[in-house]
Amino acid sequence: MGWSRLAAGKASSPQEVARQLAWTRREFLRTGAGLALGSSLLPSSLFARTGIPAGKRKVVVITFGGGARDQETFAPEGQEYIPHLMRELIPQSTFFTQMVNRGILGHYVATASLATGVYETINNFASLPPEHPTVFEYFRKDLKRPASDAWVVAPSNGFNRIGESSHRSYGPGLGAKVILPKHLLTAATSGGGSDYEHLLRDNYETPFHTPELAGSEFELQQLRMMLKLSVDDFKAHALTLASPDELSVYIVRQLMRQQAPSLLWITMHDIDIAHAGAYSLYIDGIRRTDRLSADLWKTIESEPEYAGKTTLFILPDFGRDADDDSGGNGFQHHRTGDALSRTTWMMALGAGVREGVVFDRPMESTDLVPTLGSMLGFSTSLAEGKPIPELL
Amino acid sequence: MLPSDLKPEQFNGYPPEARKLVSSYASALQRLPLSFLPSLLREVIEYDFKFPAERRALEKELANLNSLSSEQFKDWLRGFAQIRLSSQLENFDWVNAPGQFVEQLSSHLWTTHQLDAFRTAALAYADRLRAVVPPEPPPVPRLGITVIGQGVAAYDEPLFRKLRAHGAYFSGVKPDNGLELLLSVVAARAKEHPLPYAHWYIDGGQAAAHDPTLTCVSYHALERVRARLSAKIRIEIQRPGMGPEALRTHLAQLRPADLGLAKVGDAVLDRFQVKMLTEGSGTQIFSTTFAQWTAREALRRAQPLTLLVRFAPRQRQKPMNEMLSAGREASDLDPLGSLIDADMGAYYNWLNLQRLAGAEQSSFLVWFEGHNEAIAIGPSLPHGTVSDAATGLEQLLSWAS
Repeated sequence: MGWSRLAAGKASSPQEVARQLAWTRREFLRTGAGLALGSSLLPSSLFARTGIPAGKRKVVVITFGGGARDQETFAPEGQEYIPHLMRELIPQSTFFTQMVNRGILGHYVATASLATGVYETINNFASLPPEHPTVFEYFRKDLKRPASDAWVVAPSNGFNRIGESSHRSYGPGLGAKVILPKHLLTAATSGGGSDYEHLLRDNYETPFHTPELAGSEFELQQLRMMLKLSVDDFKAHALTLASPDELSVYIVRQLMRQQAPSLLWITMHDIDIAHAGAYSLYIDGIRRTDRLSADLWKTIESEPEYAGKTTLFILPDFGRDADDDSGGNGFQHHRTGDALSRTTWMMALGAGVREGVVFDRPMESTDLVPTLGSMLGFSTSLAEGKPIPELL
Repeated sequence: MLPSDLKPEQFNGYPPEARKLVSSYASALQRLPLSFLPSLLREVIEYDFKFPAERRALEKELANLNSLSSEQFKDWLRGFAQIRLSSQLENFDWVNAPGQFVEQLSSHLWTTHQLDAFRTAALAYADRLRAVVPPEPPPVPRLGITVIGQGVAAYDEPLFRKLRAHGAYFSGVKPDNGLELLLSVVAARAKEHPLPYAHWYIDGGQAAAHDPTLTCVSYHALERVRARLSAKIRIEIQRPGMGPEALRTHLAQLRPADLGLAKVGDAVLDRFQVKMLTEGSGTQIFSTTFAQWTAREALRRAQPLTLLVRFAPRQRQKPMNEMLSAGREASDLDPLGSLIDADMGAYYNWLNLQRLAGAEQSSFLVWFEGHNEAIAIGPSLPHGTVSDAATGLEQLLSWAS
């Protein structure tokens, strides 16, 4: 192995490592979860499979945020940390084993890239909008949807600009509404209070100082008008929650019941505690995200506005560094740009999605937006990715 | 400014030994691409505070660069020469602030999608350098010891899962006076091979009594330094616009005196300890992270012959601002979570030991402190085996070596 000042790692090419990762995931899913190889299936149109016209469909995207590696998720030794994905969701899913992120591996900029279909290059730590139109803008402008039909729930305070871009043809007024649950809680509790501190924590790599977004009256209005929640009810429920992501999922459920948006995007972030170097807390974050993802799917299946017509996408924004890359420190960061940190997975389930199928051809993070456009019937002309035919 | 414009007097701000070193190689430095040179200068500017092994490696690297013909130079550095840089980077004061330059270069490489090309160039260069200037073999096989689980009364889950395939697992270890015994073995090695910074004891809590010949770093001994650092961090993160990158840059500029370390101490070790706290992520708040990162850096930089790392319970997870407030740790610890952290940390210690010259002859032991479980890895021990025989730690070390 050996150390190097500049970088170090294995001699294998990134492509070779990515293929190996995909193969391992595929074989594991085939043997462990009984999935079939997708290449043997005949294509059919999404409409034919669902009988639901594009205008009636809904999409929920969960970014399994914070970056999770194979050995803590889909490798044999990692499956114990994702029992809900393994037993409940994967059998119902089409699973893509090789989702490659070729962009900047910072959480805000990577999520922005996922949402625009272009590898964004904005400063990961600044409060800036994406430079290219977001999926929310394409969706609303092309389909003439109201602002209440596209929402983002983002646990991290740094994500407040993710809803709409700075692009001159789109931008202000055309994006998604963004809810930052921590801001809601801070406003509801007049600054926090010790009982709620565990729900307000940010992690190691999010901006420490977030500019005031608006007065607390704005957040309180969101609570009352959009979520139909009283401050007291919100505070009382928050006391029963264990983490910022749990708070986010609570808000998402409320949003689904009160607003029923057709395009809903939630970024999880508890896993990113890994940057503090405590492996047990990183694992706790994975277990929690696994459980919350399954909880959200149950909500989708049980809410009349969503059941039977919703497609759910779950994908990490990227991975984390490999143990054997001496340029990094294993699970702690995603700084080396090695194959393990760039290669991740995606699962899709619900309306129009084949169950129990696995595809291992390489695809890119930027393919998500054109795929959503094809599924919901809007154009994503400035996105760089390509629609994923296996889902259409 | 480009490297070709370099003049020896531009290094006048460097510490004396670094200045002397770099002046001998000024002509070689002038030929290096800007995408490469500042990362080398980042090491050179720290030369006065480097461990002996690092110094020798740096001297050899510079001598090698100096010996290359023009053709060889182009061949070795072709990948770096093809990296496109911005005028902002060219205008940066990379001679006096190479560390900050490298941070900005990293950002530039990500933004311009050149990171993979840089990685390829760096790997090719490192492979070539290793072939021409191979790492020094140790005068005696290295020994790594990791002690985990302090404060945990019982644990039912399997330990050492990542290491078991590489060594022999023992479930009948006699734990009596285990730590003292291990420290005495380490001290004996230090006396037998008395080289500077060659025998380390890193403790994530309060260091146990140990031989003064050992290079010792402990989380507890740095409590006042950590408190000062936390106070500085708390002030900085309140500043508008302050984020992790800006904070990191600020912390990297702190020196031992800024954090209250005495001027009469060991300047090399003091600088190392401050770097653990200012450049490590999470080392300020979690003792388990501190122990793992310090072990990693000690192995990478000092290349010790002996390293004993003892993990201790860390504080529970709390909001970041609260964790940065010193003085509340003792009352709220997470021993079980710390055991899991340390179990992974032990695996990383072994991986990092494997990166050093002579790895195939090195031996490694992990012991669950106060308990009967241990794993031993060494050239004469079988892989993936299990034994429940009653065994002393000294015996395990003897088998592993």
